[in-house]
Amino acid sequence: MKFLVCITQVPDTTTKITFTPDKKAFNAAGVQFIINPYDEIALTRALELKEALGGTVTVINVGSASTEANIRKALAIGADDAIRINAEANDAYYVAFQISEVAKKNGYDVIMTGKESIDFNGGQVPTMLGELMGLPSVSVATKLDINGTTATLEREIDGGKEVVESKLPFVAGAQKGMAEPRIPNMRGIMTARTKPLTVVEPVACDMLSGSAIFDLPAAKGDCKMINPNNVAELVNLLHTEAKAI
Amino acid sequence: MSVLIFAENWDGKFKKSTYEAISYATELARQTKESVTAVVIGNVSDEDMKSLGKYGAQKVLSVKNDKLNTLSPSAYASAITQAVQKENAKIVVISYTYSGKSVAGRVAVKLKAGLIAGATALPSSTSPFTIRKKCFSGKGLTDVVVSSDVKIVGLTPNSYKVNTEDGSAAVESFSPTFNDTDFASTSKETKKTSGKIALTEAEIVVSAGRGLKGPENWGMVEQLAELLGAATACSKPVADVGWRPHHEHVGQTGITIGPNLYFAIGISGAIQHLAGVSSSKVIVAINNDKEAPFFKAATYGICGDAFEVVPKLIEEVKKFKSAH
Ligand SMILES: Cc1cc2nc3c(=O)[nH]c(=O)nc-3n(C[C@H](O)[C@H](O)[C@H](O)COP(=O)(O)OP(=O)(O)OC[C@H]3O[C@@H](n4cnc5c(N)ncnc54)[C@H](O)[C@@H]3O)c2cc1C
Repeated sequence: MKFLVCITQVPDTTTKITFTPDKKAFNAAGVQFIINPYDEIALTRALELKEALGGTVTVINVGSASTEANIRKALAIGADDAIRINAEANDAYYVAFQISEVAKKNGYDVIMTGKESIDFNGGQVPTMLGELMGLPSVSVATKLDINGTTATLEREIDGGKEVVESKLPFVAGAQKGMAEPRIPNMRGIMTARTKPLTVVEPVACDMLSGSAIFDLPAAKGDCKMINPNNVAELVNLLHTEAKAI
Repeated sequence: MSVLIFAENWDGKFKKSTYEAISYATELARQTKESVTAVVIGNVSDEDMKSLGKYGAQKVLSVKNDKLNTLSPSAYASAITQAVQKENAKIVVISYTYSGKSVAGRVAVKLKAGLIAGATALPSSTSPFTIRKKCFSGKGLTDVVVSSDVKIVGLTPNSYKVNTEDGSAAVESFSPTFNDTDFASTSKETKKTSGKIALTEAEIVVSAGRGLKGPENWGMVEQLAELLGAATACSKPVADVGWRPHHEHVGQTGITIGPNLYFAIGISGAIQHLAGVSSSKVIVAINNDKEAPFFKAATYGICGDAFEVVPKLIEEVKKFKSAH
C-alpha cells in the first residue's frame, strides 16, 4: 500500500508572532520551524498502517530549501522517501494543485494531510486535493482504519462524531486522536540522512487568493480584578458592562 | 445575479451558524445590490425553508435526494456548484463549520474560485475583494485578497450577528446532476454528544483546567454551564489524561473558539491555550495564582480558590437568573 503524507513547516507553537514593519509578511527572524503538529499525526498514522499492512510512506512538501531540515525529520520519524516541490506555499489552491500533479503521476492508495496548518488555519488542502484528484476526502478525521480496499474513518461534526466509510484511494485530514506523534530515535536520525529526497519544480498554476496585510489582534485592556468575596460584582459587570449575560 | 448561501442543516433543522451566514450574505447583497439565494440540501420542511426569508433570503433552491440526507462532501459540492452556475452568483457564502469546511474547498476547485477560509468580518473592500481572517491560530490577523471571478466566503461561526426582518422565501425545487464518484464515501453512523451545546457554536463557554485537580470536580463546571446555557471546554492536559473528552480540548492543537463569554477556571493561560480562545469577546479568569498569565488576557479576573469562587458564582448566577 502506498501512502503519501503532505507536510508543511510552521512556527513552533510557543512563538510570539510578529510581522515585518510594512505588515506584508510574517517576521521569521529567530523563529524555529517545526513540522505542523497535525501533519505529524497524519505521518504517524500512515507509519502505523504501513507497519500493519506493508507498503511505503512518502512525505511531500511544497516549500523552499529551508524546509529540508523538517523533511529530514519526517524521514527520521520513519517515512521511506520524500519529495519537495520547490515553490513558496502561499495559497491553499496552489499547494493542493502542485501536490495533485505529482500524486496523479505516482499513484497512491492513501493520501493524508493534517486537518489544517497552524499558520494559516485554512484547512483546505485535504478537500481541494480530493477534488483535484477526483477522490473522496474526509477532513478533520480523528480515526482511520483500513480493511482491504475500504477505509473506515471518524470525522468531527458540530456536536459529535460521524463514522464514514470510503473506498480507496482517498484523502484524509488528520485531527488529534488519530495517533500519538512519534519522536525520532537515533537510528532513525542516522538512516534519514541517506533516504531519497527528490526535488521537483512546480508546474504553472494560478493563485486564486493571497494575503495582503498582516496585523496583530488589538491588545486587550487591563484585566479588572474582582474581590473573591464579592462574586456578585462579577455577575453585575457581566450583565451591565460587558453585556455578555 | 445573486449572492448564494449554502444553508446547512443537521437532521433537517437549520443551525444558528446558518442564520449567521444568511444574515452576512444579506448585508453583502445589500452592498452589491443583489438578491440572496439559499441552497438547502436534504430533508427540510417547506415551512422551515420559507422561514429563511426572515434572515434575508429571497429564494431557496431545495435539493432533495435520499442519498443526500447525510453529508457527502463531493455530492454537496456538485450541487452547490451547479446552483452557483444556475444563479450566476459571484459570491458564495458557506458557514465554516466542520461540514462547511468539507465542501468549501471542493466548490472552490470546481469553480476556480478563491476561498477565504475562516472570514471573521464583512469585506473591507469589494474591489479588490478583501476580507479579514485570523491566522497563526488567533495570534495574528490577515487581509485575504481574492482575485478570481467567483469568490467564496467561508464564514467563521459566531463571528457575525443574526439579523431578522419580515419576509418569506420562495422555495423552488432544484435537481442537480451527480456522478458515481460523488458517492465514493458514505456516512455510516453519527454519534451525537447528546443534549449538549456544540462548542463551536456556543455563545458562552465554561472551561476548566488542571487546577480542578480531578474529573470528580467537574460537577460545578457543568452546573455553571447549564445555568448559563453554555458549552463546557477544557485545557489540553485535562483531555490528555482523560478527565474530559478530547472534543472539549480548546487551544492551538484543539478547537479554536470565539464565544461572547469565556470562563477559564484553574487554567494557567499558556500561549497555546490562549491561541484557541483569544478571540472570545469577554474572558473571565478564575485562578488562585495572581501571577497566572491568563489574567493578562482576561477582561475580568478573580484571584481565588476555584472551589470557593465557583460555587459562589453559581449562587449569584441563580439569583441573577431569577431576577431577569
Ligand atoms: C505543541 C503544544 C501544543 C499545545 N496545545 C495546547 C492546546 O491546544 N490547548 C491547551 O490548553 N494547551 C496546549 N498546550 C499545553 C500548554 O502549554 C499548557 O501546558 C496547558 O495549557 C496547561 O493546562 P492548564 O492550564 O490546565 O494546567 P496548568 O498549567 O497546570 O495550570 C493549572 C492552573 O490552575 C491554577 N490552580 C490550581 N489550583 C487552583 C485552585 N484551587 N483554584 C484556582 N486555580 C487553581 C494554577 O494556578 C494554574 O494556573 C500545548 C503545548 C504544546 C507544547
